[in-house]
Amino acid sequence: MPIKFPFSRRAAPSDAWTKCPSCDAQVFSRQLERTQRVCPSCGHHFRMSVGERIDLLLDPASFEERDGGLEALDRLDFHDDRPYLHRLEAARVKTGLRDAVVWGIGRIDGQRVAIAIFDFRFMGGSMGAVVGEKLARCFETALAERIPAIVVSASGGARMQEGTLSLMQLAKTTAPLVRLDEAGIPFITVLTDPTTGGVLASFASLGDVVLAEPKALIGFAGARVASDTVGEELPEGFQTAEFLLAHGFVDAIVPRAELRAALSRLVRLLPVAAIGGDDVAGDDEDRTWGPIGALSGFAERLGGAVSETIGIDTDDGAATNGSHPSRPATATPSDAEERP
Amino acid sequence: MIESAASSPEAVEAAWRRVQLARHPQRPRTLDLVPLIFEGFFELHGDRAFGDDAAIVGGPALLDGHPVMVIGHQKGTDTESNILRNFGSPHPEGFRKAQRLMRLADKLGLPVVTFLDTAGAFPGPAAEERGQAEAIASSIKLMTGLEVPIVVIVLGEGGSGGALAIGVGDAVLALENSVYSVISPEGCASILWRSRDQARTAAAAMRMTADDQVDLGVVDAIVAEPGDGAHTDHPATARALKAAILSALRRIAAGSAADLLTTRYARMRGWGAYLETGAGPSHPPEAPSLRRRLGRILRLPGAPRRPRWSDIWPSDDQDDESERGA
Repeated sequence: MPIKFPFSRRAAPSDAWTKCPSCDAQVFSRQLERTQRVCPSCGHHFRMSVGERIDLLLDPASFEERDGGLEALDRLDFHDDRPYLHRLEAARVKTGLRDAVVWGIGRIDGQRVAIAIFDFRFMGGSMGAVVGEKLARCFETALAERIPAIVVSASGGARMQEGTLSLMQLAKTTAPLVRLDEAGIPFITVLTDPTTGGVLASFASLGDVVLAEPKALIGFAGARVASDTVGEELPEGFQTAEFLLAHGFVDAIVPRAELRAALSRLVRLLPVAAIGGDDVAGDDEDRTWGPIGALSGFAERLGGAVSETIGIDTDDGAATNGSHPSRPATATPSDAEERP
Repeated sequence: MIESAASSPEAVEAAWRRVQLARHPQRPRTLDLVPLIFEGFFELHGDRAFGDDAAIVGGPALLDGHPVMVIGHQKGTDTESNILRNFGSPHPEGFRKAQRLMRLADKLGLPVVTFLDTAGAFPGPAAEERGQAEAIASSIKLMTGLEVPIVVIVLGEGGSGGALAIGVGDAVLALENSVYSVISPEGCASILWRSRDQARTAAAAMRMTADDQVDLGVVDAIVAEPGDGAHTDHPATARALKAAILSALRRIAAGSAADLLTTRYARMRGWGAYLETGAGPSHPPEAPSLRRRLGRILRLPGAPRRPRWSDIWPSDDQDDESERGA
């Protein structure tokens, strides 16, 4: 709603103030930017664009977008009140994005990660073939480069306009996670408002660690569908981040101001597993299952941690790795190339 | 306004007729067909964590003398049995029972045969409380990595995530009059057309018939139904299915276990159409210049601030709630 100042010749631009949907306070939009889009009076977490998420979570100028050129096709020739292609074009114009997910490689406190971020403004963050393909490539790159994978979700679910092909993206995005498990690559998901439907029913629920933002709507079915189905009042706080935490499906609720630090800590606490066997120089016979193998792996990590605390591990991970061949926890593509 | 081929009255009627047949009350259900296709089916119950869900049934059985693991959705045939079976809409414990049976099959090297026939996973509060989405996600993940052959048969309704949770396989066969969709036509209509009465139109638009699914590459082959539909002759339907399952299993079993997972992975990776425009990163912000850095340090007026991704992709605070997913 535009607000007019009687004492000003010019009306304030209509977007100077934003009404908080939670406490009805009028928040100055500039201030909302400074508080990372958290309401200063009640702590309501407004939705964030993918650009704001990148700025929030990643080291400045560290993000390199990958596969930014992928565009959706209308395989079904789908029309409701307007053709799917028109909806896509409108969403592109509105958001400046090609589809609902942006993925790339970035750094969190110097630690390289493969990260995919949803933007709810693009057709409700819905997952079609492009979103599925980008996520699969994000996970496959995390696997190839042996770096952690992170997804920040905000999605209504599968994109109906792509029919069962969008349903199949649940399998397409989930299959690479089995490979991450086998390769010992950590996978972290951050569920933000809202995360529902097919996105929650695939990779988003499957993080080794699942974080959520306070009061985020998170659920399988729409609340209206649920209440229609059971024909009764829904429980208090149904389908919120807090509800999922209480029922054991979320590891922690992290306020936005602490999210970057939480991810940074988790990436440090859950390192990429050492590559077993002959792949790692100076480490063959004693890398076995059981206490001895586990201990030697631990000692190795301890060595790594020490070198980090004395500040050897800088932004340039490749250079550090060159002088520390026994530190597989931060293996980079250059390590991989050295292997026979 | 541009019309889609799928919105012609004939196409709408044809699609809706298939939906009606797929939901036909006399259509054979999993437990009708299992004794006709397999011998010695031994039903196993319970997820070992919460309870037993009658909307999903399963257990080992012999297919032409060879042990396999059978898992399927189970709808009822009348009001009483539908209440027991929750109209074929599983709760999380149903999917977790299915996972348990799949792990057992994996352990013993038994091929898995699944039957899809559900309007969808149950959406009520009890299901949410016990992690419906997590149960479906875990089932899908388990199936993508299961080291035994999986044959999936779409019997009636293949309803969204609740179907896919036991529907990832090396061969996906569909009965002629079955349907498969990302959301029920009623649900799609109420979101995109804002009226459940448009379910027929939505059914046609989503291309949910078995033929359409073959065209999209989601289903590999169609199993013809006898006469006017499977409901007219259960034994004939079972014979056709048995032959199709055996032939699919023979084809899959010809490869090695390693090939099995590679082929399954490639199959899943291939789903969905997109365009590779070759465009680079959307709008990378320029590198910090000396002028900007000096300007920021000295707090000069007019010094450009650090480039931010939010300048390129900002929020607009005008969310369109009509743009929803399933």
